[in-house]
Amino acid sequence: MSGGTTELASPFRVLGIETSCDETAAAVVVDGQHALSSVVSSQVDLHARFGGVVPELASRAHLELLPPVVAEAMVEAGLDGDGVDAVAATVGPGLIGSLLVGLSAAKAMAMVWGVPFVGVNHLEAHLYAAFLEEPDLEPPLLVLLASGAHTMVAHMAGHGDYEVLGTTLDDAAGEAYDKVARFLGLGYPGGPAIDRLAMEGDPTAIAFPRGMAGEGYDFSFSGLKTSVITYVRKHPDVAVADVAASFQEAVVDVLVSKARAAAAAVGAKGLVLAGGVAANSSLRERVLDACIADGLRAFLPSRSLCTDNAAMVAAAGWWRLRSDGPTPLDAGGNPTLGLGQPASHAPA
Amino acid sequence: MDGVIILGVETATSQVGCALGGVEGSIASFHATRGRRHAETLAPAIQFVCAQARVEWREVSVVAVDVGPGLFTGLRVGIATAKAVAQTLRVPMIGLSSLDLLAFPQRHGTGLIAAVVDARRSEVFCALYRPVPGGVQRVTPARVCSPEELASELMAMGEDCLLVGDGAIRYRDVFDDARHLVLADAGFAYPSASSLVELAHPRAIREEFVQPSELFPMYLRKSDAEINWEGRRSA
Ligand SMILES: [Zn+2]
Repeated sequence: MSGGTTELASPFRVLGIETSCDETAAAVVVDGQHALSSVVSSQVDLHARFGGVVPELASRAHLELLPPVVAEAMVEAGLDGDGVDAVAATVGPGLIGSLLVGLSAAKAMAMVWGVPFVGVNHLEAHLYAAFLEEPDLEPPLLVLLASGAHTMVAHMAGHGDYEVLGTTLDDAAGEAYDKVARFLGLGYPGGPAIDRLAMEGDPTAIAFPRGMAGEGYDFSFSGLKTSVITYVRKHPDVAVADVAASFQEAVVDVLVSKARAAAAAVGAKGLVLAGGVAANSSLRERVLDACIADGLRAFLPSRSLCTDNAAMVAAAGWWRLRSDGPTPLDAGGNPTLGLGQPASHAPA
Repeated sequence: MDGVIILGVETATSQVGCALGGVEGSIASFHATRGRRHAETLAPAIQFVCAQARVEWREVSVVAVDVGPGLFTGLRVGIATAKAVAQTLRVPMIGLSSLDLLAFPQRHGTGLIAAVVDARRSEVFCALYRPVPGGVQRVTPARVCSPEELASELMAMGEDCLLVGDGAIRYRDVFDDARHLVLADAGFAYPSASSLVELAHPRAIREEFVQPSELFPMYLRKSDAEINWEGRRSA
């Protein structure tokens, strides 16, 4: 950040690799903006019977899936063996065993090609997904990041310059979706299942609590999950679609109202939606409405860029390479890396 | 393939190792036993041995890797690295077992050899070998069991046996009870990357290769989630 910016030659092709959770992904992005390819191999089916991601199974699958996924990303980008100018990989946060597969492979490729390796912060990568579709996107921005592992509102004052304003104190938004879906017998993953069912239900049918409403920018979803379970046990005949719609309404209400308040407080000019939950149709609609009402520009990346992918890793890697230079090859993974913490100095 | 140059990667135990080998055996190697920082150590170590041996990447014609059994995290760092190097260089691979690598340096003895890798959770990965001209031959399949099980099996066989590996050292008390069981020197406790490239060389000459997509780790143990899942279903 403070080291100044090194202009990179153009076109500059970054191969991105993402293995932090249950998606094995590789992509080639030119100049941090144009994706030449983006391949994602999901392990959802592998973990479905366990109702959540099993770390050891995820690591085993990444090891098998990564080589063909990288090969496909290279072929789709029209590169045959060389032409890659840097290799970027997620080094955290995430499941440590899974992270190590991607970053070990990325370092090996960078070493053999003789190009820089760049360690990327997964949370920062989610923010850069929007830049792939909105090249003229400019900070200051308010970012609402919601996924199966994270829920936060952050102020992006400039590239690499973030302030986390609020975060979840218990479950992540996506985690709440998974838990409620499992309780309702809707299967895994819960987000798409509840989103679909909610369309047939009445969002005002049940007044579920809005966790920590009006109390700063932090979130809490575990109370909501508990009250859904309590309500359904008390009213076994309730229409499941109404439960799904009312639950979703409560989640979206809290996410949108906190993001709006935070955007107003920091004087943001735009609001960026990121993370897997940003693929939720109700959340997208409500964010759009809020931005129109508040005079903010809304940046809603397409669904495939919201969920975990490697194009966002390659894009974030390009910006990091410009600001911080290459990451040393002795960097390790950091399962608890926070937004704004430099990925290149990850502790063991 | 006279001028074959093999990169060997060895991370199945708490040791991190790599070596370059050719027709004259190992030509440069690196081993670090303390720390278990596989992901941090391996790539710089590979760069180091290449620089020391003055070997350019385009000269490397085969990537050999220890596929286990061993510690899952270390194994995956090594295999992910080895596969990526092979894929990027477009060269074939050779996978060798950690137990074979432990037994190989003991080939000059006469009796039975037990290769024993610490599998944590009071278990060991093990297999038995006999010396044959030029090497060793595995006589039992690789498996995971308790050190007590292995000890009683060896005692029942009643033969002199040399135990080698970090599992043999960790559970030395279990094996000390039997007089005909002998522990190999601690210097042989970890599979060596030098042995890996030496063992891989004749295979490379015979072109016994696999492609990166055909190379799999030998886990010998399911993930906890699968074990619990199956336990729940059969209960
Ligand atoms: Zn994510």
